[in-house]
Amino acid sequence: MHLLRKLGFYLVALWAAVTLNFFIPRLLPGSPVDAVLAKLALRGPVDPNTRRAIEIMLGADDDKPLIQEYFAYLGGLLSGDFGISVTYFPTPVTQIIAQSLPWTLVLVGLATTITFIIGMVLGTVAGWKRGTWLDSLIPATTILQAVPYFWLALLFIYVLSVNLDIFPISGGYDPSLVRPALDYPFLSNALYYGFLPALTIVLSSLGGWLLGMRNMMVSTLSEDYILTAEAKGLSPRRIMVMYAARNAMLPSVSGFAISLGFVVSGSIIVESVFSYPGIGFTMLQAVQNNDYSLMQGLFLIITVSVLAANLVVDLLYGVIDPRTRARG
Amino acid sequence: MTRTPSRRRAALQRILTPSLVIGAGLIIAIVLFGLIAPFFVADPLAVNNAGMHGPSAQNLLGTTQTGQDVLAQLAWATRGSLLVGVIVAFLALFLSAFFGILGGYLGGWLDEVFSLFTNVVLILPGLPLMIVIGSYVQQRGLLLIAFILAITSWAASARVLRSQTLSIRTRDYVQASKIAGEKAHRIIGVEILPNLLPVMSSGFVFALITAILGEAGLSFIGLGVVGTQTWGSMLFYAQNGQALTLGAWWWFVPPGLMIALLGCGLSLVNFSIDGIINPRLRTAPKQLKQAKKARQASPATKRERDDEPEQAEQEEVSA
Repeated sequence: MHLLRKLGFYLVALWAAVTLNFFIPRLLPGSPVDAVLAKLALRGPVDPNTRRAIEIMLGADDDKPLIQEYFAYLGGLLSGDFGISVTYFPTPVTQIIAQSLPWTLVLVGLATTITFIIGMVLGTVAGWKRGTWLDSLIPATTILQAVPYFWLALLFIYVLSVNLDIFPISGGYDPSLVRPALDYPFLSNALYYGFLPALTIVLSSLGGWLLGMRNMMVSTLSEDYILTAEAKGLSPRRIMVMYAARNAMLPSVSGFAISLGFVVSGSIIVESVFSYPGIGFTMLQAVQNNDYSLMQGLFLIITVSVLAANLVVDLLYGVIDPRTRARG
Repeated sequence: MTRTPSRRRAALQRILTPSLVIGAGLIIAIVLFGLIAPFFVADPLAVNNAGMHGPSAQNLLGTTQTGQDVLAQLAWATRGSLLVGVIVAFLALFLSAFFGILGGYLGGWLDEVFSLFTNVVLILPGLPLMIVIGSYVQQRGLLLIAFILAITSWAASARVLRSQTLSIRTRDYVQASKIAGEKAHRIIGVEILPNLLPVMSSGFVFALITAILGEAGLSFIGLGVVGTQTWGSMLFYAQNGQALTLGAWWWFVPPGLMIALLGCGLSLVNFSIDGIINPRLRTAPKQLKQAKKARQASPATKRERDDEPEQAEQEEVSA
């Protein structure tokens, strides 16, 4: 029952994303056709026939009722038809997404995992040693959290890439040295290029995990079972890790939903700063070129990925925390 | 209840923690800068031949690529960013109060629908949605951007407000006023809302940070308010004007620093609000300090407790 409820929620969220994706372009003032025309008009006079051509190109030339169009759109999505990209004409949108998705998945996935581990460990220690110098460092991490992702990225590029020349300024790998393949030269090169973007994401999202974990540790340490464990004479390390940290981690795991949205949003802009060949950079390319089908395809993929990650975490949560199972 | 002046002073001392004072100081300084400085600076858009000059007596923060005064731009951008942030924070506060409190208080199917809606909005990634909406609208006014930012940032605090409302709803004084025949809007306004104020103010501060960061992000990728200067749009022009590769740190450091300082100030204020709401979170509990003092005073007990973990830290402190 609990599982069904969860699945139902994710289905509703998915449906909401798809529907938003369909209605945003149709209900907002101004159409994509107008947007493309306005851009062309900046460069010179536009031929009246151009409008018709652009309408056909963007698939806005049929006058079917909205509902019918909606179901045609849903059908297209189910069969994997996301349309054709204008920027990389005539490549299908799915192909471009397939090229850029691995970059973002690895970057964001690795960065989030590293952040989570560091945050949990430091948060545990800070909560355990409340009131010491380590604990007083916690407010300092909120400064890092208040720093915009992309500004931190700009600073890193300025100091480490432009001035000290330690790291590359932009890109995901060096095309003059290696080709994308699963071998050592490429992976090490990609790791080298991905280090600064990952460092940016880790540093700017660490504060939230750290603070959340520390606060939960403090609350958990005042529970009766901690006192019992102390009274039993267990070693402090065992109490800290097996008794307090294990329980204090639970809200952090379930808070993954909120944070992942933030991280993905942040990484979109970080990618644009580093010209990293992932989803976010591609999305901005699509925005600059009025490539609406690519943009909407990317929006869907990002949303589906976030939903899928959350579903996995939710299912894991049932395994970690028996209380949720008992209630369902 | 009578309060002697000394007790009042003690209460004030408890509230005026260093983090609150520093945080409020930062916020006030930045707000004053945004309010007053635009009246005294030169025209931020005036183009000059002296482009890409570092800080000098004439241009305290240097100039941009086209010779515009960075300090003047920063002053106007501060005003713009703060304006967007405050509008969004109020909109988000209203939305979260509507969905959180109303759903939590009324319960039933309305609560089910409201919390489903809240959770869906919460889980959808905000920035991609903002990008999609922003790219379809060519005339991006201040209100439109504020609206876009607000609809993607209210959900988290709505969830907090709902759970708080659920716990307040069952308390005796709410039940009493229900039995006394009070109308629902009066119960919410007079009995429940005042008790939610600390939580709401914390949510407001959080919304303000999110809004300013979100606006900066949108502007940085060129989808911000058309014609209004903000910290994000300054960074956008700096990035496009090759400020990084030309080494013009005076162009891209100040706007980001302002965001970081304001965010830091707001977080510090939020910390103190949290500390007032939830005393368990205060960094150093009084008992712990007193216990340490007591131990320091009597060396006999100190030796007895050598195996305690606090021992190591205490030596660090005294060293």
